[in-house]
Amino acid sequence: MKSLVYIDHFKGEVQPASWEALGLAKSLGTAIAVVFGKDAEAVAKTALEYGADEVLLADDPALEDYRGETYASTLSALASSSTPDLILFPTTTRTRELAGMSAVDLNSGVLVDITGLESEGDPSTALRVIATRPIYEGKVLEKTVCNAKPQFVTIRARNFPKAAYEAGRAGTITKVEAKTDALTKVEGYSATEAAVNLGDASVIVSGGRGVSNNPSLTPPNGMDEKQAELWRAQQGFALVTDLAKLLGGAVGASRAAVDAGYITYAHQVGQTGKVVTPDLYIACGISGAIQHLVGMRNAKLIVAINKDGDAPVFKQARYGVVGDLFQILPALTEAMRKKLGK
Amino acid sequence: MKIIACIKQVPDSEAKVKAEGGQVTWGDAPLVINPFDEYAVEGALQQKEALGGTVTALCIGPESAKEALKHALAMGADEAILVSDPALANLDSVGAARILAVAIKKIGDADMVIFGRQTLDDGSGVTGAQTARVLGWPLLSLAASIKVQDGSVTVDRVIEEGRQTVSGKLPAILSVVQSIGEPRYPSFMGIRKASKATIPVWSLADLSENAPASVVARTELMNPPSEEVVCEIISGETPEAIAETLADKILAEKVL
Ligand SMILES: Cc1cc2nc3c(=O)[nH]c(=O)nc-3n(C[C@H](O)[C@H](O)[C@H](O)COP(=O)(O)OP(=O)(O)OC[C@H]3O[C@@H](n4cnc5c(N)ncnc54)[C@H](O)[C@@H]3O)c2cc1C
Ligand SMILES: Nc1ncnc2c1ncn2[C@@H]1O[C@H](COP(=O)(O)O)[C@@H](O)[C@H]1O
Repeated sequence: MKSLVYIDHFKGEVQPASWEALGLAKSLGTAIAVVFGKDAEAVAKTALEYGADEVLLADDPALEDYRGETYASTLSALASSSTPDLILFPTTTRTRELAGMSAVDLNSGVLVDITGLESEGDPSTALRVIATRPIYEGKVLEKTVCNAKPQFVTIRARNFPKAAYEAGRAGTITKVEAKTDALTKVEGYSATEAAVNLGDASVIVSGGRGVSNNPSLTPPNGMDEKQAELWRAQQGFALVTDLAKLLGGAVGASRAAVDAGYITYAHQVGQTGKVVTPDLYIACGISGAIQHLVGMRNAKLIVAINKDGDAPVFKQARYGVVGDLFQILPALTEAMRKKLGK
Repeated sequence: MKIIACIKQVPDSEAKVKAEGGQVTWGDAPLVINPFDEYAVEGALQQKEALGGTVTALCIGPESAKEALKHALAMGADEAILVSDPALANLDSVGAARILAVAIKKIGDADMVIFGRQTLDDGSGVTGAQTARVLGWPLLSLAASIKVQDGSVTVDRVIEEGRQTVSGKLPAILSVVQSIGEPRYPSFMGIRKASKATIPVWSLADLSENAPASVVARTELMNPPSEEVVCEIISGETPEAIAETLADKILAEKVL
């Protein structure tokens, strides 16, 4: 089977699940990486180091910022000329659109955010894939196929092994034409809400409304009630962040914490936030509403820290501590630090 | 400003959804407006308040989906349209986008069409982008805020790497995220108005369309392997003792 693998990056920072898509494509046959951008040669080279058989690179000032129109037109033209059986993407905000739009152009369809994939028949000649995807918030799984070529498939992060990396591996990078007709303009970017890559994190430590609940902390003078609550929440999230940092993980949050202004939306895990599959998920001061659970219940190991022994989060957790996160978290960070020798 | 909000009806998120006999079932759990699409309606109503104009809620679905449209009317939408046809039962997202595009054109003169981020049932999060592609309109997705000025719309988008400001000319397709603002509760007057409203139903014939062939097809439906999680509560005399035991347990699981 011949696959194109779209390597998703933002200003040169590759979404790591791109390498998982590349690994999957290699297991199915020929894997040709596709890189779009401006001065994106470095990304193309990295794709070769991750084992791409070849890289198709559209490098053009007009592709500096991702835009659905230019990227989809470029991809659709490429797919028409190189006739792959399959186009694989890591699932990101960009690729949902890109895959969807290009599927419109090519009269095909798209299987989005899949967690499993098999090919039909003999792997060397198999031309159709069958994807498994969670639907209804993961309450049900479906197997689904795309009965047209190319088949567009986006994979959920951390569900397929990464392609092996070999520093210095070289190969062919072929320049391809960029389509530059745009309907939108990127006016600006701010990273203030950023640097949370929940999808790719192997460890997530999350805080909920409970992070502001420490009456014994005295806020600085002159704060009104809301300011004091936010100040307390900051102290709570500092503890959450300490543990996350020590474990090389990311900070997550419940919607209640986001709505109360303790932390930005980019951190939210759950139905209206991000669905994550880390190896370890530690929920602190989170009650475990169904809308939160659907976002994290596929984590390999779930640990919950909550004052209330009846909190539903304990029904989903392997280990639980009934206690005050302001006491447990610092102690846990310390114990981990010692045991990990950090 | 003529604004269209695209909404779908889905089982409530508390529903116990299961695969049974090759079908998805949810018992007697209620069907509701897709929660993300409530934000789309909210975003549309905010723009109507700021700029004047009308909001039309648009849905492809079975007759029962009128209830979801009524919710949009009760929130404050001016009119609602249901596209319903037995031939549309197994639409894939490209098919839905093609039908929505035709319906949007038939409604006519839309300046902005607002989508939700994704559906709860299928959850692809692609239909808005695909509709933009079919229509050839600008796509401004995942908006946390919307500003219209001089025939252009500018949004702040929430992406993995932060916030991005993007603009495009009207008419445009938008999708919104939760940060747009909590959906308003239907007012008493709104509910009364909605309960009396007649919602036009357009068939494929009304749209002069054939049913789009679905390229994407389901071959099997399964329940996820049920994982009986038994929670082991870690106790101890002091937080330090608890932390010590918990740290050992976590390390023994070899997930780090
Ligand atoms: C359509 C819709 C979509 C939604 N989407 C999401 C979503 O994506 N993500 C999400 O998370 N929620 C979502 N929700 C909200 C969800 O229903 C809950 O309201 C939310 O998850 C609750 O957050 P919480 O657990 O932080 O707060 P609470 O339910 O208030 O729980 C706080 C917990 O902290 C504990 N606690 C308090 N103090 C301490 C302390 N000092 N130490 C330890 N524990 C303490 C309490 O015992 C309690 O269990 C959604 C809701 C709807 C209707
Ligand atoms: N049947 C439908 N009728 C109207 N709008 C829809 C329909 N399906 C999807 N949408 C819109 O498209 C968005 C994304 O849907 P999806 O791609 O299925 O996740 C939803 O949030 C709705 O705004």
